Formats: sequence, C-alpha cells, structure tokens
Amino acid sequence: MATGAAGPSRRKERLDRGIKVRTEGIYALTSWREMGYLLAPRSLLILGLLVLPLLVGEYWQRVICQAGVYALLALTFDFLAEYVGLICLGGAFFVGCGGYVSGLLNHYFEWPPCVTIPVATVVGAAISTLVLLPCLRLRGVYFAIVSFMFPLLTVYILIALNIFGGTEGISALSTLPNIWFDQYIVLAAAIIALFAMRRLVSEDIGLIFRSIKDNDQAVRASGISITLYKTKAVFIGSLIGCFSGAYLSHQYGWLGISLFAMDFSILPIAAAAMGGMGSLVGPVIGAFLLTPLSEALRGFGQLRVVLYCLILIGFIVYKPEGLMNYLQRKYHQFEQWKEV
Amino acid sequence: MNIIFYGVVNSVSFALVAMGFTLVYGVSRLPNFAHGALYVLVGFLTWSFANDFNLPYPLAILISLCLSAVIGAVIYRLVLIRLRGLPTSEIIASFAFGLIILEGLRLQGIGGFKGFIGPFYVLPPFIDAKIRLFGVLMDVQRLLIVGVGLALVLLLWLFTHYTKIGLSLRAIAQDEQAAMMLGVDSDRVAMVSLAIGSALAGLAGVMVLPLGNVTAEAGYRVLINALAVCIIGGLGSWAGALLASSVLGFAMIISTSLFGALWESVVLVGTIILILIFKPSGLLGKQKELEERV
Repeated sequence: MATGAAGPSRRKERLDRGIKVRTEGIYALTSWREMGYLLAPRSLLILGLLVLPLLVGEYWQRVICQAGVYALLALTFDFLAEYVGLICLGGAFFVGCGGYVSGLLNHYFEWPPCVTIPVATVVGAAISTLVLLPCLRLRGVYFAIVSFMFPLLTVYILIALNIFGGTEGISALSTLPNIWFDQYIVLAAAIIALFAMRRLVSEDIGLIFRSIKDNDQAVRASGISITLYKTKAVFIGSLIGCFSGAYLSHQYGWLGISLFAMDFSILPIAAAAMGGMGSLVGPVIGAFLLTPLSEALRGFGQLRVVLYCLILIGFIVYKPEGLMNYLQRKYHQFEQWKEV
Repeated sequence: MNIIFYGVVNSVSFALVAMGFTLVYGVSRLPNFAHGALYVLVGFLTWSFANDFNLPYPLAILISLCLSAVIGAVIYRLVLIRLRGLPTSEIIASFAFGLIILEGLRLQGIGGFKGFIGPFYVLPPFIDAKIRLFGVLMDVQRLLIVGVGLALVLLLWLFTHYTKIGLSLRAIAQDEQAAMMLGVDSDRVAMVSLAIGSALAGLAGVMVLPLGNVTAEAGYRVLINALAVCIIGGLGSWAGALLASSVLGFAMIISTSLFGALWESVVLVGTIILILIFKPSGLLGKQKELEERV
C-alpha cells in the first residue's frame, strides 16, 4: 500500500480483524458481540433512514424525497457500472420512461397512483430495455456514449413531435396522499432495493454479471449468452430507475421533459463516486449526503452544478475508492506501520 | 440543387465538429466529453475578446484557440492522466469538466461576470455577404465552412503523415507498447492530442457558431452530434467519421426539406439505432473490433 510521509522505509500493513473473519462463517451466532458486529452497521443504516423524516421540517422533507430518488438512481448506476460493466450515463432515460408511462396512464385512463406506479415500473423498464437493446452489444465507452445520448434525444423527439404535452408537459396528475407517505415509500423502496441488490449480486446470476464485466469473451466461451444477461441486468436496473420516475411524476403531480433532465443522470453518478462505487450501499449514502448539499446551494443557481462536478472530479481523482469503501476498510481491518 | 449544397455544408460542419473528438479518441483512447463545452467556450471567449477588449476579430479567434488548446492540455495534466485505463472514470471526469465549463458560463453576477443571458452573443461571420451559386443563394460563411473543413482534413492528413509529432500520434494509436519502446512518450502524445483536439473543437466553434447564437445548450447539442458521427463512423476511424458526417449531413438536410426541421433529431436517433443493429462497430470501424465490441 501507499508509503507514509516517513519515506519508503516503512509501509502500512492491513489485516482483517479477527471478528470479521469469525463472523463470515457460521460461528456468527456464538456471541452477542459477533452478532452485533454484523447487525450494527446494517441496522444503523435502516434506522437512520427511517428516523430521518422525523427530525426535519417540511421543506427538508421534500429534499428527503428527492434524495431517495437520487439514491435509487445511484444504486442503479452502481449496479450497472460496477457489477455488469455497463456504464450508463443516461439514468434520466429510466426516470423519463417511468414518469411518462405512469403519468400518461393516470392522465388518459385515470388510474390511481397505486396502480400506475407498479405498472409504470414494469412497463417503463420493458420500454427502456427494448430501446437500449441494440446498444447492448457495445461496451465500455461505446455504451456510455449511446446511453448518454438517449435522454437528450428523447427530449428533442418529444418536442419535435409535440406529443404527450410537448414542452409544457401534462399537469394535474393525481398526487400521493401526504408528505409522510411520500417519504416513507421512497425510503422503503431505497432500503428494499439496496438489500435486494446486495443479495442479487452474490447469487449465481450476480456471478455471471460480474464475469461479463471482467471478461465477456470468457463468458461467451462458456456457452452463456452475454446479451441475454446484459438484457436482464438492464431490466433489473431500469425497474429501479422507472420506479423512481413513476414516483416522481406522482409526487409532483406533473410530467414533462424535465424528467429527462441531466440532473437525473449526473447527480447519481456524483453520489456513487462520492459514496464509493461498487459497494452498493455507498451510492445510497452518497445521495443522502449530496442532495441536501446541493439543495443548500440552491440559492447560487448554476453554481451548484459546478460545485457537484468539482466534488465529482475531486473524488474520482483523489479518493477513487469513495467514502463507503474507506469506512468499510476501517471497520473490517486494522492498520499498522511496519518497518521494511 | 438546394439539397446538394446545403447537404455538403451540413456534412462538413458535422465533420468539423467530430474531427477533434475522433482525433483524441483515435490516438489516446480518451473520450473527451468536454468537447462540446470547449466548442462553446471558444465562441464565448472570442466574443469577449472582440467586444470587451476590442481586439481585432482574427486576433481574438487566435487567442481563444490557443487558450482552448491550453485548457485541453490542462484537463489531461490535472485530471485524465491519473485515470488512464479506467474508462468509467475518464468519461465521468471529462464530462464533469465539460459541465463545469458549460454551467460556469451560465453563472451570473459573480465578480461582474455576466454569463449567458438571452441571445446577445452573436459572432460576426468572417465575410458578411451572400452569393448565388448555380441558382442557390448561399452566404459566404457557409462556403468558408466547406473550404476550411476540407483544408483542415488535408492539413491533418499531411500533419499525421509527414511531421514528427503527427507520426508519433499515429504510432501511439496503432500500437502503444511498440511506440513507447521506440521512445515515444505516451503521456506527452496524449496531451498533445488533447490540445489539438480541443483547438479543433474551438475552430469548429468559430466557424459554425456565426450561423446562430452562442448558447450553453449548443454545447450539449454539439457533443451529441460529435458522438453520433463517431458511433456511426466507428470510433477512432477517420475515414469512417468523414463518411458518417456526410451520411448524417445529407440525411438531415433531406429529412428537413421533406418533413420539416423538427425531424432532425428523429433522423439522428434512427440512424444511430439502425447502424447499431446492423453494424455495431460503425460503418468503417474495424480496429480491434473483437476487443471493444461484441
């Protein structure tokens, strides 16, 4: 590892804590301490998220809803980028698809939100998967480029054809009952999505996803269709994204082209970079740190975009592991200086 | 006749816009997502130099092009050099840099900086005149775009085939390891390529922007166009980029004259999706096909 200020004569040694090694096996149940070691961080996160709405005022409760949406998107980005190798710069596309599907169902058929949100989640995910299907043969930079273009181009198309309300959007959709419901539904979704995702990536299918990321030719050589699995991964990712879109359109009671706005693509990425890519929980926490920050800077107008871009570059260049991976390392390992 | 002329003009402006991006990517495998931002930035700087500092117009252009090259080099030195080989980080970091420039241009009232408010920023064309060619009324600026674009293609070809730096650019593009063994400094070459690419983005800016206003939105539009050309032509392939820009240029002009201007973006998306379905590596993209795409 990195050498300290003292020069090359010593290095930092990192060792796993004994308790970590023990709790990884079945011995976890032998003592309260070890169970606590496993449960503490998880329950801290869940409790923290659930208590959060009780601690703040009306204005910041709206911010929590927004942070929840960004957390879901950041989770999608992290899953697709770090576990499947698809760098999706177009998170806004998922939001837009979900939002438009649920909003339109609500507007034209007058279905209530409790129907439109689940329907939009699935249908929107199917649509976005179908649209992204031709690009799934690409990878790395190529996929990033194409996925980046989709939300922007969809906006141009919506304006050009002047369909679904054109530039002005459709207002007066039915909204969710109250602010408490707003917050808890998105927080619950974030928690469920997070733990479901953690479970998913350690299943067999997660193994295939990761091997597609690492060496897709080898996966192909094993007789597994990588396009099929990439399609599955994109569908799973866009389920989460489309849910947040559908939720947003009902939370605002409005749908419009700003559902495809760049904010939904960039802020989640910044959150993921800040929270620690690849840890799944990092992006969620990053979103809950970054959204209030950017909200507090709302008075500065465009300066906040500049600012979170700076944070993004700062983390990517100087702390590429992100906050969460750093904290996890501190929690699981102890460090000591060692003479070389 | 109209379609042919405007198609050519449109194709060349596509090529101008895409050239910088494809040069950088072809040489150093660095996707410069700040491309569109530099395009707008040079337009803005030129305007400021010409109007706020009262510099003569050609000098203003020259200074802002140099500045753009310097910014490109700085992006590489400060940020991208630490991230080489990590495509996710490269894309995100360069895109974030572009966003900083574009959104920074919209800042208002900080330190007396006016930023973009309204359609006030119009670059003057080099020669403000219109001439009639084979019965088609054309302004000279459009003809200049064609001239400069073609000259630039020729110059770049000469540059990469007959100068030392140009040859080292190509060497790195073809085989980085072998080139490094022969004493080509990969980092230096990447920096040079990024500087040249940024200057090219700026040049496209000062050539094309006089046809409209300088706005921050143009940056995103330009980035999309450049990316579309590269996707369709095959990333990193120059001939492909030229071919793709003429395909796109003509397709857009034809669709505009048949269905109206709003269909442009539909055509763009349609072409991209068709190409991806039938020829995922782009029209002429053969380089390392198996490694990069499946």
